[in-house]
Amino acid sequence: MTPSEPAERDTDIILECRNISLAFGAVKAISDVSFDVKKGEVRAIIGPNGAGKTSMLNCINGFYHPQQGEIAYKGKVRKQMRPYEAAATGIARTFQNVALFKGMSTLDNIMTGRNLKTKTNFFEALLYWGPAQKEEIRQREFVERVITFLEIEAIRKEPVGRLPYGLQKRVELGRALAAEPELLLLDEPMAGMNLEEKEDMCRFILDVNDEFGTTIALIEHDMGVVMDISDRVVVLDHGIKIADGTPDEVKANQNVIDAYLGVAH
Amino acid sequence: MTTLHDVFVLPFKDMAEAPEFFFEVVIGGLTSGVMYSLVALGFVLIFKASAVFNFAQGVLALFAALTLVGIMNGQVPIFLVDTGVTVPAWLAIIITAGVMVLLAIAVERVVLRPLVNQDPIIMFMSTIGLAFVLEGVGDIMWGSSVKALDVGIPQGNFMWHGMQLQVFDMWAAGIAAVMVLALAIFFQKTAIGRALRAVADDHQAALSVGIPLKSIWIVVWSVAGLVALVAGIMWGSKSGVQFSLSLIALKALPVLILGGFTSVPGAIVGGLIIGVGEKVAEVYWGPLVNGAIENWFAYVLALIFLLFRPQGLFGDKIIERV
Amino acid sequence: MIYREAGQFKTSYPADQAIFTLSQDRTFMWVLFAVLFIALPMMATEYIFQAIMIPVLMYSVAALGLNLLTGYCGQLSLGTGGFMAVGAVACFKLATTFPDLNIVIVFILSGVITAAVGLLFGIPSLRIKGFYLAVATLAAQFFLSWLFNKVAWFQNYAPSGTITMPPREIFGVLVTGAESSGMARYYFTLVIVVILAFAAKNLVRGPVGRSWMAIRDMDIAAELIGFKPFQTKLLAFTVSSFYVGFAGALAFAIWLGAVETAEAFDINQSFQVLFMIIIGGLGSISGSFMGAAFIVLLPIVLTNVMVGGLGMEAVTAKHIEFVLFGSLIIFFLIVEPLGLARLWQITKEKLRLWPFPH
Repeated sequence: MTPSEPAERDTDIILECRNISLAFGAVKAISDVSFDVKKGEVRAIIGPNGAGKTSMLNCINGFYHPQQGEIAYKGKVRKQMRPYEAAATGIARTFQNVALFKGMSTLDNIMTGRNLKTKTNFFEALLYWGPAQKEEIRQREFVERVITFLEIEAIRKEPVGRLPYGLQKRVELGRALAAEPELLLLDEPMAGMNLEEKEDMCRFILDVNDEFGTTIALIEHDMGVVMDISDRVVVLDHGIKIADGTPDEVKANQNVIDAYLGVAH
Repeated sequence: MTTLHDVFVLPFKDMAEAPEFFFEVVIGGLTSGVMYSLVALGFVLIFKASAVFNFAQGVLALFAALTLVGIMNGQVPIFLVDTGVTVPAWLAIIITAGVMVLLAIAVERVVLRPLVNQDPIIMFMSTIGLAFVLEGVGDIMWGSSVKALDVGIPQGNFMWHGMQLQVFDMWAAGIAAVMVLALAIFFQKTAIGRALRAVADDHQAALSVGIPLKSIWIVVWSVAGLVALVAGIMWGSKSGVQFSLSLIALKALPVLILGGFTSVPGAIVGGLIIGVGEKVAEVYWGPLVNGAIENWFAYVLALIFLLFRPQGLFGDKIIERV
Repeated sequence: MIYREAGQFKTSYPADQAIFTLSQDRTFMWVLFAVLFIALPMMATEYIFQAIMIPVLMYSVAALGLNLLTGYCGQLSLGTGGFMAVGAVACFKLATTFPDLNIVIVFILSGVITAAVGLLFGIPSLRIKGFYLAVATLAAQFFLSWLFNKVAWFQNYAPSGTITMPPREIFGVLVTGAESSGMARYYFTLVIVVILAFAAKNLVRGPVGRSWMAIRDMDIAAELIGFKPFQTKLLAFTVSSFYVGFAGALAFAIWLGAVETAEAFDINQSFQVLFMIIIGGLGSISGSFMGAAFIVLLPIVLTNVMVGGLGMEAVTAKHIEFVLFGSLIIFFLIVEPLGLARLWQITKEKLRLWPFPH
């Protein structure tokens, strides 16, 4: 990434991670990783297990704070992002181990995704009738559109704890979508799914990217999916970036092949 | 009228002017601290091994003491009839230890096994239920009147450097030290100790590597029961066996906060700090506010600690993952 | 069969989000209201008002409060007794210092004062969770108990350490003090409790409730979605303390008339209310009521059976009560952690099919 043509690139790039290093005590999770994500693209982050992919997403979210490096999001450069800021400026996320609110129904879970768009104050909520109810209806209508989009109408009142894993992941995607994000971070959205479910998920992800122009950064292990739907790929291994380019470029990269086949280097 | 001078200067002046008295107060605090530590030890054991916070630890001590007294006096449980037989202390202790092991087995079967892998808060609340059950059962079996307990620990006092000390307290400190040493060795050096630490981390993972959860829990609760027995003996000998023993459980919470929930030495240090802190606060600052600071001092101290060092002095730092 | 919802379609979101969406539920509530407002008072004696109805209502408010904090927001609190004491003492001081102040205002202000205290003791929740927070609430319990006992100003310098509620009227009817009738106090409490329950239900079915439950279920994920954990928890502490303080004021002014603050609102009280929400159902409004009724009624039933029926000594009966309570807690936690409320729900679900097996 050369620092030339800044004006053009600024409107093009929505997220840039520069020289990120993250360590937990003696364990170096990420070492000097830099990459960018262009607006509206589907960017895949891949690599063998333990490569630091989820930690990278956690840094973008503001959950982990890298010891070194900075993150430029929508033009603003930050050394540390706070989770609230990340959410408030349009970053939404799904998690590797489904982090749904197990005590609530599908509908309520997706409604929580609307929390930053809901403007009901405490006393209105106490009364319910009046402004609070109108707001609730308004949010409900939006959430219903998400539910229809993801084809999960049938389970909207089910407590999510009782849903099969594949559906839970879909509900989690719904919760992220409900926030109307500009940047959607997906952590292994297809994990544990069968072929049909994967195809459905791919369709949803591509639809979101197409219709709403949402930028997508996803971690995924299924190479077929990655090659099919991503515009560009960045490869991490043991916390270091070993490749960055289009799917075809990355597929042919010897370092990547070595990393996955386990050749010592 | 209490002035700032009264609060921040006078008590320290008093301490400096009568140092022997101050040291006596401190030693008194240390000895009650040792007692707290004994109860806290039981907590730490169970928490270290199963991540369960056993609210019933204090009641276990009470139950153990009650059973011990009952057996020593040769009473028949529930009907409270005197058989006229008295059992020597050493034998009664062995029998009571056996009872505690049986109790551990019962607790594992009835409470722990059905709740395996539940939220820690649920396990905690179940131990609150357990505390109530044990207290009721103890009272029904042996009656709720205050009882004296004498297992032959030497009493009496002696002078040392101008201060009056209790023989009993020296014994208490010694016994506590021996227990801590034994437990530390147990956890660090034995295979069972390792298995216990695995279980505390993750029930399911431990099961999946073949650690027999059931037996582990029986072992832990038995050991905790024995620790409770020792605590019960010490407390009971000092102030009689009575209901208030179970309230010590509550005091153990601040001890654990100071020391760290997973640390055996922490339980000791925490207990000593709380014991001394309480006594000193009560004696030197108590009169300013009409007394009874001891009721809340430990908790407020723990609270302040929590704000600055949640894992306690020796506990493990908690890292959260998503 | 009776309970099926076939044929009941909701054609608007408001209808779908109503508190009672099924017509059978609505009918049930009307019947319940009829019983509570009309049938019961006609048949009840002074004893039933004093020993059963009023304490059940009062404890329901306390249980509601604790449930909001512990059941919905997941913050375990062992300080309920202490906060009830705040409400009671605040009620006492306000009533005696401002004799012309309307009693409803006195109650509301008592709740507000308790909410402020609760807010204060909720501040540690910024840094601590779970058991550790429970210890902070224990600190509140013991400190507040001690405070109201030691500082004579709280008792208006009464030598006995007891505070007594002066007589107060509403719409010309005495509702506090020795002269007031059980029925008057019952109706007054009932109306208040219905309003408070309604407000609580509104809170939990809207964004506030969802924010609490999100923090309870997965506070890290909640934060990453944009919830503010600290503010959410503080709000839970504040609202919960309002309810608990209100309950304390009710307990003092309406139920007991006079209390010795150190004894009436001790750590056992905290456990009692906790048991109510465990047995009734964590995270359930109706569960709070069921739990309160259960815990209030059980000792009465037990005592009547054991002492009256079986001729046991009162002391033994008390011990058996302990064993029974503890066992019930363990039983509910194992079998149905969501308490009576969930059992009720399951019954309703079975009623959809009954008399068919499946």
